[in-house]
Amino acid sequence: MSNQGRTKADTTAMLKKYSAAILLGIMILINLVITPNFLSPGTLWNVITQSCTIILTGMGMTMIISTGGIDISVGAVMALAGIVSAKLLPFGLLPAVLGAVVICSVSGMLAGFMVGKLRVQPMVVTLALLIGVRGVAQVLNDAKIFYLSGENAAAYKSLGTMKLFGKVPVQIIPIILAVGLTYFILEKTVLGRYIQAVGDNPKSATLAGINTARTLMFVYMASAVLAALAGIFDTAKIGAADGNSLGLLAELDAIAAVAVGGTSMSGGRAKVFGSVIGALIMQLITISVNMNNITYEYAQVMKALIIIFAVYIQREKTT
Amino acid sequence: MARELLLEMKGIVKNFPGVRALKGVDFSVAKGEIHALMGENGAGKSTLIKTLTGIYQKDEGTILFDGKDIHPRTAIEAQMEGISTIYQELNLVPFQSVYENMYLGREPVNRFGRVDRAKMKKDCEEVLGELGIHVDVTKPLQTYGTAIQQMVAIGRAISVNAKLVIMDEPTSSLDTREVKVLFGVIRKLKEKGIAVIFISHRLDEVFEICERVTILKDGMLTGEVGIEEIDQLKLVSYMIGREAKRLERTKKGYKFGDGEIIAEMKDIWQGVRLNGIGIDIKKGEVLGLAGLLGSGRTELSKVLFGAEQPDKGEILWAGSQVRFKTPKDAIKKGMGFCTEDRKVEGIIPHLSVKENLTIALLPRISRGGVVSQKKQLEVVNKYIERLKIKTPSPNQPIRNLSGGNQQKVLLARWLCMDPKLVIMDEPTRGIDVGAKAEIEALIQELAANGISVLMISSEIAELERNCDRVVVMREGVKLGELTGDDINQDAIMVTIASGAGELEKKGGLTNE
Repeated sequence: MSNQGRTKADTTAMLKKYSAAILLGIMILINLVITPNFLSPGTLWNVITQSCTIILTGMGMTMIISTGGIDISVGAVMALAGIVSAKLLPFGLLPAVLGAVVICSVSGMLAGFMVGKLRVQPMVVTLALLIGVRGVAQVLNDAKIFYLSGENAAAYKSLGTMKLFGKVPVQIIPIILAVGLTYFILEKTVLGRYIQAVGDNPKSATLAGINTARTLMFVYMASAVLAALAGIFDTAKIGAADGNSLGLLAELDAIAAVAVGGTSMSGGRAKVFGSVIGALIMQLITISVNMNNITYEYAQVMKALIIIFAVYIQREKTT
Repeated sequence: MARELLLEMKGIVKNFPGVRALKGVDFSVAKGEIHALMGENGAGKSTLIKTLTGIYQKDEGTILFDGKDIHPRTAIEAQMEGISTIYQELNLVPFQSVYENMYLGREPVNRFGRVDRAKMKKDCEEVLGELGIHVDVTKPLQTYGTAIQQMVAIGRAISVNAKLVIMDEPTSSLDTREVKVLFGVIRKLKEKGIAVIFISHRLDEVFEICERVTILKDGMLTGEVGIEEIDQLKLVSYMIGREAKRLERTKKGYKFGDGEIIAEMKDIWQGVRLNGIGIDIKKGEVLGLAGLLGSGRTELSKVLFGAEQPDKGEILWAGSQVRFKTPKDAIKKGMGFCTEDRKVEGIIPHLSVKENLTIALLPRISRGGVVSQKKQLEVVNKYIERLKIKTPSPNQPIRNLSGGNQQKVLLARWLCMDPKLVIMDEPTRGIDVGAKAEIEALIQELAANGISVLMISSEIAELERNCDRVVVMREGVKLGELTGDDINQDAIMVTIASGAGELEKKGGLTNE
């Protein structure tokens, strides 16, 4: 009897641990049945191209949520990065990209300072940035769309459209780098330990000699830099930067990916690959809805159900 | 003259998963009586109060209140019976006016169904006036200090016709002058025939204001006496009790007479908790801090570790003056701190044993910010073996371990740093007997290796067994110290009890 009980508990634990992956598997299976032409390389390239934004911002969000915080300014930061990079493009592609990243990291620095040093609530700080940063992005180009043009435009656009080996979308590079680097930081470095410790139990972390303020500053800056890169790749793909709509609601997708991926909203253990899977699930919903010619709004409802379901399965019973 | 009983609790039993918090306690309060309820941490005071106020449901026993058998299921139900509680953290609304707070949730209305503010103001002034408090009731509550806020809470209790008011450590954040005002109010309550249950750790206060005292220990009644039949020493021994000696003190003599001083604190003041105390710790010495709950032992150690900043005073490390702004600074000098509350201030629950054990060591076993997995595992395996930590694997989340094993991991967190001084606040609390003995043995081993230990414990027998010297504290001052063979349970209790009125002598008006 008792043996059986244990096996059952073990099974539940396993299911919980791999729930996001299982969910992804189920979604792929359903798609294989109902979606015509699902099993083609094109679908994969599509997923890669389109999930770049959510994976990049999702990596930053994973670190922030792991510290027990949240960053709802990533969409606005993406917009700022788009506009700034487009404006700086005449000076060359590299200066444009670097300039945008540096300027956006100031937003992250501000958030990190307010949260880490001044102990203001992350939600409020990043809400202010969400409003303010998008405002700056709009002001910079009089709230108009900035179409990429001039001698460097082609090079910039290739960041969004280039295909490696003639078929693999260029977005695979930032995705792999972002995921790899985030995993490396969280799992292999001292900083990664600190990030998760601060989120899991800030009091213990401080008493163990961790500089919590500095740790928080880092994650908010990292999130802003990743959001800036997401904004740049998005701008390149579209060929234009729109301060009004670029990255709109991107923060919500990122948070959803992290939530589905199993990182606790109250901080603690960061699930990097969980977030990647969460992002893929979100993207797969959109793609399968599109490929089946269902109205996009249904995708929203599906996403909502998946988020609630995933978080329900992974909920932790506090004893 | 027989006491006319207002409250009679009989044979109260309350079980929590794995523990019996109350083992059949009798507790009675007479009409208009000021009754102290005393006991150390975990004695069951607050559990008893919570079963009375409807926050917990008793498992066995009866509660007779004002001649009626009551079974309060919520705080509101208890309040309707006439039992009001003034909590440590007042649950009032600071930015609303004094009178609004007094009538919060039961605002009187006029004929038109509108809130009758004029009546509220008038009644509020009246109620407070009776208590001898005259303030502008239209000002926000937060304009006034803690003491006045408490008076408002008490006024609130009176205006709901409370027959019994429970005060849970009402004086913990008041200065001596405010305490006097509060006591005046408590006496007025008595005149009105309202009984008061007074919970406090300050012995002087209990002797000043209370008529009767009930003492709990480990969920059982150890005494119920009139205040005139008892003195401070007796009260202390009721609270702490004498532990039957299972283990004897093995240390003989005192060999640190002119030893090198590793850390020294001079004239430390902080809030109302520390009132000009100084201690020194010698190399390789086990120094104990004895005192009742609230005597400032934990606060003092936190100041030493840089987790709290003193208002005044200086700290010397190996002879030179230092200022630890954060624990990080103290750790750098070679200090470690095993906190009293492992769950809240010790473990990082979801991280593994490996990560918890090495969290402070990480900078030393990493290169360019990257942790050397090999070195990390070496350290972890070494300490799991040395301290006999029982864990299925180093990757097990620490929250899955037993209390004793968690404590060992936390100890190992500091031991692997090659510390010079380790502070241990209640190192054996909540762990089983076997692990207790192991941890005590470890403390001796550390000292033998030249590591100083600052040990705080509420179990006096534990201090007697392990310490080379014991400093006795009360109300944030040092009452005296016992050295070597002079350390024994009785001597410590006598010293604690000898400190009557100590705070007044020191002029502890630090809250002004």
